[in-house]
Amino acid sequence: MESLKRIPHIEEFKDELHGIFDESRVNKSYLTRAEQETKRSKVVPSLEEAIRLSGLKDGMTISFHHHFRNGDYVVNMVMDTIARMGIKHLTLAASSLIDIHKPLIGHIRNGVVSRIETSGIRGGLGEAISHGLMETPVIFRSHGGRAAAIESGELKIDVAFLGAPSCDVFGNANGYSRDNDKGVTCGSIGYAKMDAQYADKVVIITDNIVPYPNVPFGIPENDVDYIVKVDAIGDSQGIMSGATRYTKNPKELMIAETASEVIEASGLFKEGFSIQMGSGGASLAVARFLREKMLRENIRASFALGGITGQIVELFQEGLVKKILDVQSFDLDAANSLKNNRMHQQISASYYASPNNVGSACNQLDFVILSALEVDVAFNVNVLVGSDGVIRGAIGGHQDTAAGAAISIITCPLTRGRIATVVDKVNCKVTPGSTVDVVVTDQGVAVNPSRPELRQRLIDAGIHVVDIQELRHKAERIVGHPLPIQYTDQIVGIVTYRDGSVIDLVRGVKEMDED
Amino acid sequence: MEIKKTATAGTLESSDIMVTVAPSSEKGIHIHLTSSVAMQFGPQIKEVITSCAKRLGIDDAEITAVDQGALDCVIKARTETALYRAAESTDYKWEA
Repeated sequence: MESLKRIPHIEEFKDELHGIFDESRVNKSYLTRAEQETKRSKVVPSLEEAIRLSGLKDGMTISFHHHFRNGDYVVNMVMDTIARMGIKHLTLAASSLIDIHKPLIGHIRNGVVSRIETSGIRGGLGEAISHGLMETPVIFRSHGGRAAAIESGELKIDVAFLGAPSCDVFGNANGYSRDNDKGVTCGSIGYAKMDAQYADKVVIITDNIVPYPNVPFGIPENDVDYIVKVDAIGDSQGIMSGATRYTKNPKELMIAETASEVIEASGLFKEGFSIQMGSGGASLAVARFLREKMLRENIRASFALGGITGQIVELFQEGLVKKILDVQSFDLDAANSLKNNRMHQQISASYYASPNNVGSACNQLDFVILSALEVDVAFNVNVLVGSDGVIRGAIGGHQDTAAGAAISIITCPLTRGRIATVVDKVNCKVTPGSTVDVVVTDQGVAVNPSRPELRQRLIDAGIHVVDIQELRHKAERIVGHPLPIQYTDQIVGIVTYRDGSVIDLVRGVKEMDED
Repeated sequence: MEIKKTATAGTLESSDIMVTVAPSSEKGIHIHLTSSVAMQFGPQIKEVITSCAKRLGIDDAEITAVDQGALDCVIKARTETALYRAAESTDYKWEA
């Protein structure tokens, strides 16, 4: 061939051309599919080998997903192996951390983990961190905020360790299998999609190798570097129950019924509306009451979003919800529906809730029903820190959906035991009051003053609308006046808003004296 | 009223308090409190228990309370019941 220099305007695009074609560089594969499977398999003999191959070094960032909830074996298995290999000072960026991850305390003490980024922490680990376990504070991000940070490169993941209930030898992975029922099931692996797409190296950890191609997949093979086959990735009991049960608590049912009345009276309860409901007691029970209204008024929802439960699947099967966008399946009914229904779509955390991409589904929401540990008189919501100041929750998609939904509805009892839910000032500001529209309690419904038209509609419908200050006074009359929590000076957590800005700081809690 | 034996009232259910009253070899009301809301309400719970004992004329007692976030009215009811049982008294004066 002639010199490339003869091409007109070559200087404008010469970097896009990799020299002149050279026959000797052609790589023709004569391997059959069956031969590929044995010779090109990404399955490595051990987790230790995968870690070594990934190039993991001191100070790097590793990540995990939390789709196995409290049945997860992956985080502890990987961390124990990393610790044995002597790698230290890692940043652990999980989509969330739960009770079962308590053994991380040891890895933090031993210097294997120096920093944590997560949506939330429950159980013993949260308790330990609130009592000063870590030198560097934990960064808390919403699911959308995490997606945005990963997309922008602010949260750069060196190696992602992603548990998968099914995977073929080339890395097509999913939260269920259409080939066999051997593995555990977690349904959607929407949070893990981010890590798979953006991490430098991706290790899939599975106990169920299935025939190629594992279609449909949540994670495609082109994102996967190594696969490790282990005996068990999780405990199916802890991953999900058969069906999330409706609450029988009369207070929660009453709150749920009122929330459904709020939806009906809001002016947005029309054919084609969209909704997200959480898995918490009252929030979940809204589905039951809403169903009756949808049947009566002959109104169908265009889609349901978010963490999906069997209750939403029921509405879907009745034709009351046309489509489901599923970032996380909360129970087996949801997971099976995802597996079997074309109109039940698995989505990534970015698609779900990222504030920075060009289209996330949470912005298409008419309603979101959310729960709260605390709401204050400025409508700020805390879902992260308990009434005793200890980290025991998760931001989840709270900030994202509250901001994205046309009407965000917080459902919570006025008091829980001796703890007031409606307070003067939340222990920790997670979701700003400016994005919270309605607070539904068992003692009345408060509407954000920024929504006078909504407030009027609810009053016209006969809903018991009260001032949020009145709710707070009522709560204090019942429980009494609590003493302030004794915090230390140490900052143990940084709560970020979905845009990455710091919305609040979590301080350490002083040890309690006995008696 | 005088504490004669060990007696209990209440449960370990959420929003309840289990109060155990026992005779004390020492003078005074001694309270051992375990509470899920100790940080916010510990002193107030102890005060309610102490005032119950005083109202029933009890000066010396060993009181163990395991609280699961009970409201004051519940604490009062459980404490008084435990005190009457421990004093082997049925001379109830529920309201002062």
